[in-house]
Amino acid sequence: MLKNKGLTIFSCLVFAFLFLPLLLMAVTAFGEASTITFPIEGFTLKWFGNVFASNAFMEALKLSTVLALLATLLGLIIGIPAAYALARYTMKGKAFLKGFFLSPTIVPGIVVGYAIYQFVVVSLRMPIFESLLLGHFLVVLPYSIRIVSSSLEQFDFSIEEVAWTLGCNKWKTFFKIVIPNITSGISAAFMLSFINSFNNIPVSMFLSGPGVSTLPTALMNHIEYNYDPTVSAISVLLMLATIAIMFVVEKTLGIAAFTK
Amino acid sequence: MAFIQLKDIVVRYHRKQNVLKGLQLDIQKGELVSLLGPSGCGKTTTLRVMAGFIEPQEGEFHVNGKDLTKVPVHKRNFGLVFQSYALFPHLTVEDNVAFGLKLRKMAKEEIQKKVRSILEVCDLVGLEKRFPKQLSGGQRQRVALARALVIEPELLLLDEPLSNLDAKLRLHMRVEIKRIQKKLGITTIFVTHDQEECFSISDKVAVMNEGVIEQYDTPEKIYTYPKTEFVARFIGFENFICFQKQQPHCYMADNKALFITDMDIEQTTCKGTIRPDDILIKEDAEGGNVVTGTIQVRTFLGKSYQYEVKTDLGVLVVNAASERIYETGETLHLQLPANKIILV
Repeated sequence: MLKNKGLTIFSCLVFAFLFLPLLLMAVTAFGEASTITFPIEGFTLKWFGNVFASNAFMEALKLSTVLALLATLLGLIIGIPAAYALARYTMKGKAFLKGFFLSPTIVPGIVVGYAIYQFVVVSLRMPIFESLLLGHFLVVLPYSIRIVSSSLEQFDFSIEEVAWTLGCNKWKTFFKIVIPNITSGISAAFMLSFINSFNNIPVSMFLSGPGVSTLPTALMNHIEYNYDPTVSAISVLLMLATIAIMFVVEKTLGIAAFTK
Repeated sequence: MAFIQLKDIVVRYHRKQNVLKGLQLDIQKGELVSLLGPSGCGKTTTLRVMAGFIEPQEGEFHVNGKDLTKVPVHKRNFGLVFQSYALFPHLTVEDNVAFGLKLRKMAKEEIQKKVRSILEVCDLVGLEKRFPKQLSGGQRQRVALARALVIEPELLLLDEPLSNLDAKLRLHMRVEIKRIQKKLGITTIFVTHDQEECFSISDKVAVMNEGVIEQYDTPEKIYTYPKTEFVARFIGFENFICFQKQQPHCYMADNKALFITDMDIEQTTCKGTIRPDDILIKEDAEGGNVVTGTIQVRTFLGKSYQYEVKTDLGVLVVNAASERIYETGETLHLQLPANKIILV
């Protein structure tokens, strides 16, 4: 292996730049002072207790989880067939459709949020939860389509045709033959969609209303008026949850499932 | 009436030229028929029409007297083996083979019995619990075959099934396929572009070109008596000479030389063709059917040398065994034996 001291130091600095803030924030979650300070004085777990005691945070967590789950499921229900159609059939304007489905990842979230706010909330007067769900669905759909598509690119469609000849109709074949062979893509799509919906701020900002907010927006609101380590504690908990999910993914599918 | 009938099949893909142009084919029960042709000739399309993946714009497809033209794929009960084998990657060998039977709602014991017996026929005993990834090319091929055969199909469709195997295994599998096919008596369509493969395995061969069948005959007939120039070229005739008929069995080539042929046809103008192997090299210009020229290119083929000889009738390609080697520029007298000249 080629050794280059300068490069090693440079990469260490980059990593430090990425991880030090996280580390500092994690440490501040254990401080006793009522504002976020570093270095910390004393050691306490009360801010963690505070998180679970706070009604606003728990409600927001519940909303975020439900929202992320539903949006992800919707995304998969629409995204898998869409990806299948894009991979399986040649049709007019296929390139355009592909681009169209991926556009929400290119258009800034704040624009998507504003557009939905204008048309769905203001014009159609859709209730808050439904409009939030619609927004998050739009945010996660491209992930489903893109990841499942790349899974399907490696799928040999003659396998499907053979199943037909053996007496399996098209629907049954889709569930018995196609789906079992793209499960890694589907799981990866699920995880990425969930995380993206769960972390989303721009769309949620526009669409959440009085008394209804997702966890990230609740955090932002909290920080505006209180600068206490509860926020740090929540962040530590979220990081731990993410690490746990990634660990499970790595053990079951391999991180490669995301980079496909 | 033939067991399988393709009547005037026309297939066209979006505004493009017709891929199949009124294709006709009759196949008897129990026969193994090859569709032979270069890529793009429509042989795979023909197979896909029979399988039901493509509905022809015109024409009908009958099996055993029933019109299947509009019957969906999963109701046809045909076996299919692809070049890629297309095994189900998430199922074991056993489950791959049993897939079709399970859909037929058969009793478990019966499925097991049938799977076991077909695995025996295809020489796969002991591999039941393996996944496709853990099999060699030849084994995968046999699993694909077993899976297609176990449903007792009316028709077995093989789409270049040997192309992905190495040369030695290909020879072996060719014999295996023939053996199993004869043993079970299944009517079989074999699509290939490899003439040797196709001649060795088939009862009959349909040579295809641009969406029609140019010749449909036994392999021997096609090899010795190609009916059209395309067929002749495809199966290894390289020398073509324009002939004018003078009288029966007597043809004038390019107004330059007279040839006597065993064969005779109706038309007054035609082409005479001969394989490079069938041309004889003579010491002198004595005797009939002889043409003289100079060697332009010599190529070593292993068993023999190939000479490209420039004559009055154009360049003739000759294969000659290696005893006497001729040099480039040398003059050669070539004799075209009357019984080897084919008129197309």
